[in-house]
Amino acid sequence: MTATGLPRLRRHPGLAILGRAIRTPRGAAGLGLAGFVVLVAVAGPAVAPHPATALLTFPFAKPSGAYPFGADFLGRDVLSRVLDGGWVLLLMAVSATALGIAAGTVAGISAAYLRGHTDGLIMRTVDVILAFPQLVFALLLLSILGPQLWLIVLAVGLTHAPAVARVIRAATLDIAERDYVKAAELQGMRPAAVMAKEILPSLSTPLMVEAGLRLTYSIIIMSGLAFLGFGQQPPAANWGMMINENRTGLPLNPWAVIIPAVMIALLTIGTNLLTDAIGQAALGVDRTPAEAALLDDLTPADGPVVDGPVVDGPVVDGPVVDGPVR
Amino acid sequence: MGEQLKGGPDRLDVRDLEIRSGRDGPAVVSGISFTVRPGQVLGLVGESGSGKTTVALALLGHTRRGLSVTGGEIRLDGTDLLRLRPARLRALRGAVVSYVPQDPAAALNPALRVGYQLTEVLRVHPGSTADPAARIREVLREASLDATPDLLSRYPHQLSGGQQQRIGLAMAFACRPALIVLDEPTTGLDVSTQRRILDTVRQLCRGYGVAAVYVSHDLAVLSELADAVAVMYAGRIVEAGPAGGLFAGPLHPYTRGLLAAVPEPGSDRPLAGIPGQQPPPGRRGPGCAFAARCGLVREQCRQQEPELIPLPGAHAVRCWRAAERSTSRPDLPRPRAAVAGPGPAALLSVRGVSARYHGVPALSGIDLDLPARGCVAVVGESGSGKTTLARCITGLQQDWTGEVTLRGVPLARAARHRPRPVLRQIQYVFQNPYSSLNLRKTVGQIVAEPVQRFLGLSRGEQADRVAQVLRDVALGDSFLARYPDQLSGGERQRVAIARALAAEPDVLICDEVTSALDVSVQAVIVQLLRAAAAQRQLAMIFITHNLALVRTVAQTAVVLRHGQLVEAGPAAQILAEPASGYTAQLLADSPRLARPGARPAR
Repeated sequence: MTATGLPRLRRHPGLAILGRAIRTPRGAAGLGLAGFVVLVAVAGPAVAPHPATALLTFPFAKPSGAYPFGADFLGRDVLSRVLDGGWVLLLMAVSATALGIAAGTVAGISAAYLRGHTDGLIMRTVDVILAFPQLVFALLLLSILGPQLWLIVLAVGLTHAPAVARVIRAATLDIAERDYVKAAELQGMRPAAVMAKEILPSLSTPLMVEAGLRLTYSIIIMSGLAFLGFGQQPPAANWGMMINENRTGLPLNPWAVIIPAVMIALLTIGTNLLTDAIGQAALGVDRTPAEAALLDDLTPADGPVVDGPVVDGPVVDGPVVDGPVR
Repeated sequence: MGEQLKGGPDRLDVRDLEIRSGRDGPAVVSGISFTVRPGQVLGLVGESGSGKTTVALALLGHTRRGLSVTGGEIRLDGTDLLRLRPARLRALRGAVVSYVPQDPAAALNPALRVGYQLTEVLRVHPGSTADPAARIREVLREASLDATPDLLSRYPHQLSGGQQQRIGLAMAFACRPALIVLDEPTTGLDVSTQRRILDTVRQLCRGYGVAAVYVSHDLAVLSELADAVAVMYAGRIVEAGPAGGLFAGPLHPYTRGLLAAVPEPGSDRPLAGIPGQQPPPGRRGPGCAFAARCGLVREQCRQQEPELIPLPGAHAVRCWRAAERSTSRPDLPRPRAAVAGPGPAALLSVRGVSARYHGVPALSGIDLDLPARGCVAVVGESGSGKTTLARCITGLQQDWTGEVTLRGVPLARAARHRPRPVLRQIQYVFQNPYSSLNLRKTVGQIVAEPVQRFLGLSRGEQADRVAQVLRDVALGDSFLARYPDQLSGGERQRVAIARALAAEPDVLICDEVTSALDVSVQAVIVQLLRAAAAQRQLAMIFITHNLALVRTVAQTAVVLRHGQLVEAGPAAQILAEPASGYTAQLLADSPRLARPGARPAR
């Protein structure tokens, strides 16, 4: 018999989902928006025309040739402060998200896979932490220990963990019952190895979605804390803080408030759109008609169809080719 | 309605139906033509991806998202359903054309009582009867259900699978439709339940002159039920004709291959699968779509697609080489030559194994002996405890009592308390290849896992071993770097078998390994398992609900029911002269293919 074509090698399925997500209009828009803001935050300090903390003109100066977005409440250049005020915020948000995802994932997988007392202990702890509103918890910690940047990251990261743990636990409960996990157990794999090698890779989709969502929340909380004065301390530039500092001058130079606000908004909208697109791509909702028809006609002929929709939505791209059969 | 007698004019007339992906995408099905008379059942048979369900749904004027009907007509008593306005079509659906879906548990609303759901269809179509309550009682009686208030006030989950499907049938027949479309309505039901459902369908269709289109992948079911059969392959009808003629003298190589792949309860002949696989919907190349898998292929077949050629006796076939083959019989493989039989001593012994599932006894006191190089079939319907038994032996289930010994050495209850060499010796192949492979690992990684863990080879030797095992299951090196979701069901199951064989086990436990696969693929897998077992001197426990497979693979069999051992003995004897009434009933209820020369069905 002859094969109908050469097998197509493919990237890791997790990457394939990401690739499909950014090819959708929604994903492309999200990536574009978030990418623009990240670019501004990262490259900004290098291209800022003025020092961010230098007093250059009178307070709330209107936009002019030298200062395209005017000046802030102390007469500093708004453009330079916007260019300089993103990277620390971004770095803190990313760190807090990574911390929250890591802690939440370890807790969630362990709770779901080990069950029993471990599950009870982890999930009741989660319930206790969830009983505090996230912002209040962070504020409480900061007012006691002082507004240290690492403490902010820690506080925000830890308050993300319970929500992440819940999502990951639910996803793991489904995966832990899959036969490939049983097969690994029958090969004598230790629980830690099963969790790391079999379950964790299968969680790539919910993890990507959760990371995007938590990053959005982190940015909002970080900016909110900075607005309230918990964050970088003056005279450093920070988008959240800038909104607070300059709101009294809104009628004089609205740009000093609008530009940082727009940056935060673009970033959160961008990460949110991207997250959405990833979720959709994983669900297989954004399939082309041909793929949809193909998938519908390819359900197994008999027996139970046990295919979790969220964790590994069917990904079919490329012809399936048969090998020789004796 | 429904007074027309069988033999009248055609009730349903489908001509040149074509359904494309999108408006101008590739054709998913095309050139579909058939007719059905009142009281007649047309069997639409095909494997997954053949387009049979797409055609069946089109008969209700429905296409799935992304598909559209781009040509042809579907005439029901002269009216073309495809030209109707949506409102008119809605009025027809349920009343004149009705549908029985594959999975009644999914089709019934779990939040509504079945009585309410039954009357719903009559409320939607108020013109169909003057007395809805009387009609409900009538259709329930016809579907062999008692219209007691108790039954009507139940929720779907409080009914058995068979009862749920009877409710589905009653709903479909409630408005006395002219046409009924049944989409594999007995898939997932036990054979005895299936037998009774099929009887009901036949009676209702005959009794009310309903034209029925019965979609199925099961040739044996259709050979008993259908008056006419159309075989679909890659979106086309490749052969059609009266059931008797078609099953007695199949002409298309695909039909012949399918028939040869169907196992028979009374026979131990090897099954012949069809190598290769069907092109995906809409990806048909030029020429005959079956050419790549056909043993009779000629150059012409690859270049040019044959037409459906009409033959005497209302038979038609889409094959260039049909004329020269029209007199030959189906190519069944010869019975196998005798192979080295099982050894005398038991390699694996199960003694008095009992287990509970959520507090309910799932197994009680099962004994079983597996000789070296032998194969024992464990037969039972759903809920018989056959999978629980496998899980006890493998140690996936740990709260069981009794004893399992391997070469006389008792095994720990739970897999995690068993030493590595013991884990290596007993390997398990799971039922569902869609769940037993990690989608995030390549085939190479999956098969390498047991090699690394159990065999302690060097890196280079590992790679060789993985490639070798994959070749043993007829998968080439090109599969190493592929992910499971790039594979067909049959290929996935071969990877799962390769993973088990890679550990070099002594005992292989196969749990319904073919039940999620098409019949032609099932035959390939069964042959592969037999060859691997013979080559590697494996002992095998083959768990199945399909009695017809037993003699093909096993020398001895045990029959389970409700967790109890009903009968045990040589496979040939159990299938020929079952000692228990239960086994006899199972055998009688198993659908049987009407083959030329074989004894007639029922």
